[in-house]
Amino acid sequence: MSAEINFMIGGEAGQGVQTVGFILAKSLAREGLDVFADQDYESRVRGGHNFFRVRASDTELLALAEQLDVLIAIDQNTVEKHRNEVKAEGVIIFDSDKLKVEGGKPNSLNVPLEKLAQETTSNKLMANSVAIGAAVAVGGYQFKLLSQVLQEQFAHLGEDLVASNVRAAQAGYDYALKNRPELVRQPIKPVKSNHKMLLSGNEAIAVGAMAAGCKFIAAYPMTPVTSIMEFIAPRAAKYGIVAIQPEDEIAAINMAVGAGYAGVRAMTATSGDGFALMTEGFGLAGGTETPVVIVLGQRPGPAVGLPTRTEQGELKFAIYGGSGDFPRVVLAPRSIEDAFYITVKAFNLADKYQMPVVILTDQHLASSLQTVNKFDLKKVKIDRGELVSEAEAKNITGYIRHKFTESGISPRVMPMPGGPLVVTDSDEHDDAGHMIEDAATRTQMMLKRMRKIDGLRKEIGSPRYHNKPNANVTMIGWGSTYGAMREGASILEREGLSVNVLQLNEMWPFPATAVTSVMSAMKRNIVIENNIAGQLAHLITAETGIKPTSNVLKFDGRPFSPTYIADVIRKELA
Amino acid sequence: MVSTSDSKVITTDYGPAMAIQWCPGCGNFGILSAMRRALLELQLNPSQVLMVSGIGQAGKFPHYMHSHVLNELHGRPIPAAQAAKIVNRELTVIAFSGDGDAYGEGGNHFISAMTRNVDITYVVHNNQIYGLTTGQASPTSDLGFVTKTTPQGAWEPMRPLAIAIACDCSFVARGFSLDIEQLANIFKAGIQNKGFSLIEVLQPCVAWNHRNTYDWYRERAYKLDKDYDPTARTKAFTTALEWGERIPTGIIYQKSRPVYEEHLTAIKDVPLVKQPLDPMQFEQLLNEFM
Repeated sequence: MSAEINFMIGGEAGQGVQTVGFILAKSLAREGLDVFADQDYESRVRGGHNFFRVRASDTELLALAEQLDVLIAIDQNTVEKHRNEVKAEGVIIFDSDKLKVEGGKPNSLNVPLEKLAQETTSNKLMANSVAIGAAVAVGGYQFKLLSQVLQEQFAHLGEDLVASNVRAAQAGYDYALKNRPELVRQPIKPVKSNHKMLLSGNEAIAVGAMAAGCKFIAAYPMTPVTSIMEFIAPRAAKYGIVAIQPEDEIAAINMAVGAGYAGVRAMTATSGDGFALMTEGFGLAGGTETPVVIVLGQRPGPAVGLPTRTEQGELKFAIYGGSGDFPRVVLAPRSIEDAFYITVKAFNLADKYQMPVVILTDQHLASSLQTVNKFDLKKVKIDRGELVSEAEAKNITGYIRHKFTESGISPRVMPMPGGPLVVTDSDEHDDAGHMIEDAATRTQMMLKRMRKIDGLRKEIGSPRYHNKPNANVTMIGWGSTYGAMREGASILEREGLSVNVLQLNEMWPFPATAVTSVMSAMKRNIVIENNIAGQLAHLITAETGIKPTSNVLKFDGRPFSPTYIADVIRKELA
Repeated sequence: MVSTSDSKVITTDYGPAMAIQWCPGCGNFGILSAMRRALLELQLNPSQVLMVSGIGQAGKFPHYMHSHVLNELHGRPIPAAQAAKIVNRELTVIAFSGDGDAYGEGGNHFISAMTRNVDITYVVHNNQIYGLTTGQASPTSDLGFVTKTTPQGAWEPMRPLAIAIACDCSFVARGFSLDIEQLANIFKAGIQNKGFSLIEVLQPCVAWNHRNTYDWYRERAYKLDKDYDPTARTKAFTTALEWGERIPTGIIYQKSRPVYEEHLTAIKDVPLVKQPLDPMQFEQLLNEFM
């Protein structure tokens, strides 16, 4: 049986919840534990209620957990809202000079956070570090684990502030050990010390794009994808990348198309409403056969919706969005690790098939953190398809940009001085790229572009299928719900209920054959989605003719948890 | 056939690449002649030039030349043109729009691009009417101009060149499509200017604008004096606002400003398109997460 410990830090926006949460997650990851951390925050800069959950275990974690062992309450609201989530033997860390926590179960650990901060550093603002120190002590871990992470995280603030943070954390650590030794736990230790990366979904996409050779990103800030651009921009000079924040999303996609046309791997990132502005440029990439990668980080719509929360409401939008018909690829990473490798694949498919590729993620995946095995850069193979090298291009005579071929793919040349002329058009065009009106050429060009899907289908990987020999029901999901689906199935398994999991991550072209074979073999197929309309369920029926038995739909802006999934399936099967 | 970069560029190198679809007498023909002349005089080989255009009659312009062509969406040539220039500074990038494309649909890009100052040239064919969609008011239609969509007359027109000077655009000029010599000189100066060059061309629409005709422009267009100082911003602003009885042509404003792409470390030495891709260089980046 695996062991785990769950922390939560809660407070107002601006109270450092994210920093504390990250430091805690990083410290536990350094210990060699597997960590999954998720964030819940409001669309505001100050006030409100934010929390950050950190789950650590001696075995692999795939999802969040709702039951807490340690709750660090920075404000009273956190106590009121989350007290019931703390296990009976759990601990609430708080400062009685500021907050009130009733005695009894769960245990309350009063740490004079501000007072200790003031005493040790003459700076009350160090109270959060005191709290982390106390939390690490309750977890039973060595202080040096934390002090090292604090030193790294605050290094940019200078030696004095680093030293102050460490002193404050030490004070909290010592206070907890000295005053409430009975609350200190046996620490959970890794079964085998396995040093892993700790990163978010957005960071995995950013690193994947960089490793894949993305040289150009134009993106307009929008939750939940802003941190992709924020990660790349400060590293752009070092790695030879141009990162531009343009005037709007329309400019962003058209810049990416301009850069892609000119010959570099280019991307943009946005959320639903930004993608709405981009659909025109999305079609431009499709029609002009220009490679471009678009990260679409979903959040609940319509319109501005719930800006900082999660949903899977744009599957159909990504697959069907745009004027007219044009081929595209839609990939929905199922995990943080998958986000890295699928991003590399996205750039390769964009180049090989000369079309736009959407990486469809969501707020939950984008801002959750997870420990993953260090990405294997040797597995990153850059395949630019039929892109002709500059030297070869100079010898081409009579170059035809959109040459009609059997595969639908035409050799691509970068527009270069001394090279052949590269002509393309958003208007329907002939093979030379010049605008046309005639029916025959139009028909031929539409068929040429759509023919690329035939080759593309062979590139689309099969969905993950976890099947149990005794199961007669399959849960079907897509994208970021994978972890919760798997752990939900494990909960049911422990209760003697066998359930299969089929998780799609490469959504379009739709892997109809694989889905059909799994679904037709099963009596019950339940599709689980973070949206109200059952978009995957519709898609399955449209592409396979099979109607799922039932739907589990959640559209409250919050992610699925394993226990939620286990609960609904238990009821479905009762 | 296209010349290679080391042979002399001749007139026939510049197309047209396909049959021209403009109306006979269209003001665009003068722009075409002037652009051919400018490129010839600059001895720019077609493969050194990328033409990016929007939608409208001006959007077809690159097809009637010979160059690399990206015919973009309506209102969007500027974002793509800037990006192409940034990733390959070896290309001379010229963008084309009409008044609706540049000032209406593409207004946000227009303002932002002038502020950003990427080294490209933007030619705006201004005929004060939507031609391709057969005669609706444009952002520059004169006050009171009756069109299919403005039966009571168009409302206040925009003064885009004044907006350009407010944005401190590094080169702001206006030509008239009948004066090919002046226009070719403006094109040359604009292409040679280091920074974003806005060139508006008065270009009569013979099919849909019977108010702002060749004669109308001919009576009003005047050349700026030889002693006009295009570096004086306040005077340039006043000049840019001048419209009606007299319409100034020539270089209205010029300002040497830092070029956007010069502050990008990534392209200081080698154009982005020529940089090798090596996944293994990111090992250190991964260690940031350990």
